[in-house]
Amino acid sequence: MISVRDLRKHYRVHQRQAGLLAAVRSVFSRPTRLVKAVDGIDFEIPAGARVGFLGPNGAGKTTTLKVLSGLLHPTSGEVSVMGHEPRRREDAFLKRIMLVMGQKQQLLWDLPPAETFELNRAIYGVSMPQFRRTLKELDDALELGELVRKPTRQLSLGERMKCELAAALIHRPSVLFLDEPTIGLDVSMQVILRRFIKRYNEETGATLILTSHDMDDVAALCPRVVVIDKGRLSFDGPLTALVRKVRPEKRLVLELSAETPDAALEDLGRVVEREPGRVVLQVDQDQVHHTISRALAQLPVSDLTVEGAPLEEVMSELFARSRADREGESAAAGGEGAR
Amino acid sequence: MSFRSGLRATPTIYKVAFSEAIAYRAEMIVWALSSSMPFVMLAMWSAVAADGPVGRFTAAGFGAYFLCTFIVRQLTGAWVAWQMNFEVRTGVMSMRLLRPVHPIWHFGVENAAYLPMRIAVSLPIAVILLVVLGRDAVSSSTLMWGMWLLAVVGAWWINFLASAAVGTLSLYMEQSIRVMDVWFLLYSLFSGYLIPVELFPGWIRPAIEWLPFRFIIDVPVQIMTGAVTVEEGAQLLLGQWTWVGVFLAVTLLLWKSGLKRFGAYGG
Repeated sequence: MISVRDLRKHYRVHQRQAGLLAAVRSVFSRPTRLVKAVDGIDFEIPAGARVGFLGPNGAGKTTTLKVLSGLLHPTSGEVSVMGHEPRRREDAFLKRIMLVMGQKQQLLWDLPPAETFELNRAIYGVSMPQFRRTLKELDDALELGELVRKPTRQLSLGERMKCELAAALIHRPSVLFLDEPTIGLDVSMQVILRRFIKRYNEETGATLILTSHDMDDVAALCPRVVVIDKGRLSFDGPLTALVRKVRPEKRLVLELSAETPDAALEDLGRVVEREPGRVVLQVDQDQVHHTISRALAQLPVSDLTVEGAPLEEVMSELFARSRADREGESAAAGGEGAR
Repeated sequence: MSFRSGLRATPTIYKVAFSEAIAYRAEMIVWALSSSMPFVMLAMWSAVAADGPVGRFTAAGFGAYFLCTFIVRQLTGAWVAWQMNFEVRTGVMSMRLLRPVHPIWHFGVENAAYLPMRIAVSLPIAVILLVVLGRDAVSSSTLMWGMWLLAVVGAWWINFLASAAVGTLSLYMEQSIRVMDVWFLLYSLFSGYLIPVELFPGWIRPAIEWLPFRFIIDVPVQIMTGAVTVEEGAQLLLGQWTWVGVFLAVTLLLWKSGLKRFGAYGG
């Protein structure tokens, strides 16, 4: 369905120091630097999958999405989406995909969203009965109501994003690329959108590829994640496997009914949080059962829960590790060069 | 991305863009005021002609010429270069590129949707033209008016495509809009917007007659005022539509090659 082989997207960007002298110098000479936004990644995504693209800022996630949606021409490599080469931007391809960017809008700013819906209906060649049916479904699921008749500029960010999603789905795309769809939204709106996106995937069988810095989006929507860092793929697999790989430890959250000495807690595991009446211990996965038994036997435990490490921490550790690896590699390369 | 899908969607694109034009009606009036240079030139050239005709132009002749210039300018305006430049720089162009309609066609229909508003601005001037200067100020031949219509459409295409070509340069360079300033300077000088082309010295006129600028203002105005015969008008139209073809080819080539360099910045 989606197949990517050795995809590379390199840019040459101009470099200039700040200041007047640098500005004058840049008139005569403009040094450039090669940026490897995506540097040889491979993956396959079957139809109907929900996949999260994760990575720090500038990792190459959005660039990959833009190549997959045909906005960017790859420098090299093979990309196929539903049998189409995206960069050719054939009608048959464009009519089956959509890219929703949380920071960009397709809604016409001074007109009500209903006008954008109508425009998309005509552009995508959606028949009138199909359009009415889709709109009714979107209205029910997203509770659009009167929003579609208010000028876009008068809508709140959350209301706009609901209408943005509706506009993107008028032609019922088979592949939906979502780039930070919940950015800037309040928690309740995030939940509504996540629920809707998941439902769209389940009901239509559409493939969903998401990039987000909000780990709640990823946890709620993506059983599989692809981690990209500095243009390279550093992990591709189930989210649970990623968590196990990076943070194999579990966390025991203990509610305590009486004061407990630090030594007793540290004897059970690493204390990562401590507040009156509550402590969070980190223990190896294979020690969880044993530690629970000991805690129940030795401590005044009133409640106990077992959790995985928060996804934010997992990702932050993963990126820190890959940064350290890179620094190690470049130091080694520097050492080789010196010899 | 094809023009075929674009053709099917054209009535709706036009309708929605017209709704936008109505939403921006105040802006339209300001824009119309900003293109009132023909009135300034009318006053200036009429003063020059007060002591005697300049070429074939009397004061009334200049009146007819510059009022027609204002009308033609209103009907042939295009601002797509600024729009494209803005959309490339802010990332909005990405949203347009995701749609199965050729963006140049989409921009064209959007620009054309402002035409009814521009006609509304031009209409009072046309009435003044007829009332003050009389029926003889413009051509009385139905055939010439048919040719005028063709000339206005051709002028709009040249203007639009030149503007689209400059807008497309945004895919290659950041400050492409500066090229539009150069275009506008040459357009102002050689289109007949400020000075009727026939008043230029003989040594430069052949060059001006070959350049595309006169086909945007001078040719429709000449036909409108009946200053050319049907045969001359037909020849001018042939030259004009040849330029339309040239600009279309250049714009599409620039677009096709520019897309390979498109950075899809901004999000």
